Amino acid sequence: MLCSARFGPAGRAPGEKKAWQRPGLIASNCKIKKIEDRMQTIVAYVENKPGVLNRVASLTRRLAINIDSLTVGPTENEAIARMTLCAHTDERGATRLEASLEKLVDVLLAENITDHSMLERDLALIKVSADQQNRPHLMELIKVFRARVVDVAPESLIVEVSGTVDKIDGLLEVLRPFGVLEMARTGRIAMTRGNDLLRPPGAAEAAPVVPAPSAK
Amino acid sequence: MKMTGAEILCETLTRLGVRHIFGYPGGAILPVYDALGKSKLHHILVRHEQGATHMADGYARATGGIGVAMATSGPGATNMVTGIATAMLDSSPVVCITGQVSSKVLGSDAFQEVDITGITMPITKYNVVVNRAEDIARTLREAFIIAKSGRPGPVLVDFTKDAQQASAEFDWDACAPNLPVKRIRNNHKQDEFDRAVELLNTAKRPVILAGRGIMLSGAMRKFEEFVRTSNIPVAMTLLGIGCFPASDPMNLGMMGMHGEAWVNTAIQEADLLIAVGMRFDDRVTGDLRTYARNARKIHIEVDRAEINKNVQVDAALVGDAGETLTRLLPHIHERDHSSWLAHIKELKGDSAVRDIQSLPDSGHLYAAHVINDLWKVTKGEAIVVTDVGQHQMWEAQYYHHDRPRSLITSGGLGTMGFALPAAIGAKFARPDAEVWAVVGDGGFQMTSCELATIVQEKINIKIAIINNGYLGMVRQWQEFFYDKRYVATPLVAPDFVALASAFGIRGERVTSRAEVVSTIESARHTEQPVLLDFRVEQEDSVYPMVPAGAALHDMIRRPNSPLVETATEP
Repeated sequence: MLCSARFGPAGRAPGEKKAWQRPGLIASNCKIKKIEDRMQTIVAYVENKPGVLNRVASLTRRLAINIDSLTVGPTENEAIARMTLCAHTDERGATRLEASLEKLVDVLLAENITDHSMLERDLALIKVSADQQNRPHLMELIKVFRARVVDVAPESLIVEVSGTVDKIDGLLEVLRPFGVLEMARTGRIAMTRGNDLLRPPGAAEAAPVVPAPSAK
Repeated sequence: MKMTGAEILCETLTRLGVRHIFGYPGGAILPVYDALGKSKLHHILVRHEQGATHMADGYARATGGIGVAMATSGPGATNMVTGIATAMLDSSPVVCITGQVSSKVLGSDAFQEVDITGITMPITKYNVVVNRAEDIARTLREAFIIAKSGRPGPVLVDFTKDAQQASAEFDWDACAPNLPVKRIRNNHKQDEFDRAVELLNTAKRPVILAGRGIMLSGAMRKFEEFVRTSNIPVAMTLLGIGCFPASDPMNLGMMGMHGEAWVNTAIQEADLLIAVGMRFDDRVTGDLRTYARNARKIHIEVDRAEINKNVQVDAALVGDAGETLTRLLPHIHERDHSSWLAHIKELKGDSAVRDIQSLPDSGHLYAAHVINDLWKVTKGEAIVVTDVGQHQMWEAQYYHHDRPRSLITSGGLGTMGFALPAAIGAKFARPDAEVWAVVGDGGFQMTSCELATIVQEKINIKIAIINNGYLGMVRQWQEFFYDKRYVATPLVAPDFVALASAFGIRGERVTSRAEVVSTIESARHTEQPVLLDFRVEQEDSVYPMVPAGAALHDMIRRPNSPLVETATEP
């Protein structure tokens, strides 16, 4: 994708003198740049039936892509589930993953929304050791992060926090000196903002499906 | 109407147009076999379930329809794995039906229980367990649609024994396929399309790369029209052979590891590659960093996941080959590529002098001669089914296929043992066609048990064993890259003629070039199966050869002279 973009108006010269000799113009000839790996977020609608998760997992294994986070939950239509898959990979890996996912019979739609304007949320329960002395200080910090204390025991408390991964990681960093005893995280769910709808195909067309990534 | 699951299964297959099933019975599939006996379906008893899947595969490849293979649970199902993977890699529509233990004992390590849907998940397009008689008809109908649609592939349906035995209401209309509604992608991006048209209309040294997708799409006519209009020469992938006549002057021949030298050179010198229904396999591209560096690329492909997988392209037209070519055609200007074509012809002339056909007769029997003679005698009209290895490459080089689906070969997976069973399948699909299995002495021994199937089914196929006493292709690699250390490649074979006669098949041995044509002719003039054992040059190699991972133009060529004389009398 990065490379083909170069074939814009400036490269519009294949008819003229030996355009092919200018290697920079040829997408297929661009040095396959080592594009940095980054976190990719792919949303998929899948059939809500046994074995589908296995197929998705099996696919990432075959592509040698490590899943960082995978969440599956029901949608308003009980026959369809929604997955949010996050993996650390480069653009090519992400494109392949997206296309290969959508190739699976049980996957109705798969879209890489990494470059869309979107919201991402993760939920964590963190059990921190807390005694009489440091508890007030701890509570203060938790407040700053807009997290909640959901359980208090003589030696510990459980903090519930939701938000972006960065936020949770930030809180975790702050809590660590107190002693994090246990942690459970849900993994990320994501949704594109505004009119950029991503609905399961065949869903009652309340609004037109506009899978238009903001052209950046 | 109330029917048992097994009866529903057979009735559904019949209504789906199935006529032949290649299979092997066993405990968990017995109810279906009982129902088969009462149906009009022709069941072909194989000798090994791998053979059943290859036969179904050969059947599908010979007709463009769907092949059906059947096996019992456990070992029956696992024996199918190689055949399923073969069909997967070559996008062949095969439906595999397996029996499974009763749903009550599923997961309990019951006798002959194996999780075949788990095992075949990565090598099938889709697979599913059916454990209710009510679901059998619908699932089978869905399986047939999935196997054939888009990029075809194998589908496995696993039926538990209780589902086969239970009774259910059978109503064809009520069990209509109910496949998930998938997103229809807007694959026809106008800017990509315009770019492709512009590239096509301005290229100076274009080459078309034609693959099996053209045949799978049934777009041979459209493709020919495309070639005529654009006046662009065509290079074939191994599996694309036949989709465009080999005798056509615009057809350059096969590309890739053992492709013709002029084809590979032309690709490396091209300024535009138009890939149609092919996937830039590593056997076709060689080293990707040096592959067609001066060429822009247009990729016409039905499977979106193939775009930019191996080769970064400039314009990707995702969609059925026939439809895409139909859209492109009105925009293509007729152009004159005569100087480019003349240049390729020059390259060709340079190669011709090295061709083994042009070398003086040394008194030895070369496989290339055998295959070239087979082509001449059969007038290029036979369906040739090959195995994997040297003979396969010689077949691709020296048997010139003018018709689609006349070469059946395992390309992607490179499955030895494919030829004999696939030829049987092809014969059932095209009973009037002359079918030749061209097979090496190694691959033949992998599935030679299917000779009994030929005899039992009384079918007439001809078998040409290219017998060089080695696992030839591996030996060739050892010769080139491992200092001729022939480890585990010298191969003892039985007396194939005696073996054939033990099965009740006529066999003949050919040791000299003079006998080749007459023996082939006499084999053709009988309605019986015939096995010919060609004792060819032992240490001959396939040329040219692009070593694995080398640049496509970096070919090992046939030594000019003196001819490599390594012959030892067989």
